[in-house]
Amino acid sequence: MNLAPGAHRCRMPFMPIKNRFSSSTARSGRQSRAGWLLAAVSLVVAATASAAASALKAGVFDPPRLAPDFSLQGSNGAALKLSDYRGKLVVLGFGFTSCPDVCPTTLSVLSSARKKLGAAGAEVQVVYVTVDPERDTAARMKQYLGTFDPTFIGGTGSGEQLAAVRKDYGIQAEKKVFGDNYMVAHSSYVYLIDRKGVLRALMPYGHTPDDYAHDLKMLLSE
Amino acid sequence: MTLSPRVVIAGLFAGVVLAALGWAGFAPIEKPASREEVFEIPQGTWARRMAGDPVEILPNEIRLTLGMNDVLLLRNLDDVPQTFGPALMMPGQSFRLPFEVASEYQFACTAHANGQMTVIVEPNPSTPWARIAWRTREWLSKSKA
Repeated sequence: MNLAPGAHRCRMPFMPIKNRFSSSTARSGRQSRAGWLLAAVSLVVAATASAAASALKAGVFDPPRLAPDFSLQGSNGAALKLSDYRGKLVVLGFGFTSCPDVCPTTLSVLSSARKKLGAAGAEVQVVYVTVDPERDTAARMKQYLGTFDPTFIGGTGSGEQLAAVRKDYGIQAEKKVFGDNYMVAHSSYVYLIDRKGVLRALMPYGHTPDDYAHDLKMLLSE
Repeated sequence: MTLSPRVVIAGLFAGVVLAALGWAGFAPIEKPASREEVFEIPQGTWARRMAGDPVEILPNEIRLTLGMNDVLLLRNLDDVPQTFGPALMMPGQSFRLPFEVASEYQFACTAHANGQMTVIVEPNPSTPWARIAWRTREWLSKSKA
């Protein structure tokens, strides 16, 4: 666990070569040359894989940690447990349905990015956790998120539950009252969690659907 | 015809200034070995804060230049988790954030009193004037340090 992104993958291409060298005591020159060629190719593959791991458009954590698990009320009516999505790539964002600018932009970017992935988009699960439990019921989140993409799942819960999730992920949220109304100023970035449930990267606000599609493809291909 | 020493000196001076401007504007800027701009939270920062010492690690404003130093690398060397720039980082964890678009980025950041950190990403100095401006800024920041 908590292995650097490239580390475990780098080792793989070397395994057969190591075994081969240690097991063959009487190799011909041709075999030896083939071995070196294979080693060279493996080195290039390993170097490329390692470079690819650090070439995400998002900010990358090193070493990455397991994404803190949480259990909330899902907008689909069922319990929303993050670890239930192991095997899928989870895009985790925080916001609220009355958000005037940041959330609609982020959600439409995520919707476009998912479409750009084509069939592979089915391997991506967007989870949007509310910072406004007073107004954001499960039903309201379902209706709101559905206007962007019906597969998006919202998470709501008690104020304490949501505060605990925000603390685990370093998310800031501050209620600002304007007369009878209020807004919630909140962190605008989005987390990328790989299929193993590891918190790999943080995409700051302002990235394009192409940037997301680029990173999601990269993480899906691992 | 003889030129007065004043004219000769003025001519020489103008020549030197022109040559310097020409070099600053047209000589290619050497690419740095690393494009990372590194900031570290040293071990013991939390303890110092708890003891009442207002430790400031990240400047309120960070200036980066595309193609030169356009990768922000934050490291938490402290024993406790820290919210550093936009990222919550565990002890020993680093966060590497590349920038590809010149713009001004605002991040919520608990490390600052005003709760904000600004990262200004400048375009790559590709025109003569931009190179002169970039060299002047570098020179000023070096002479300040």
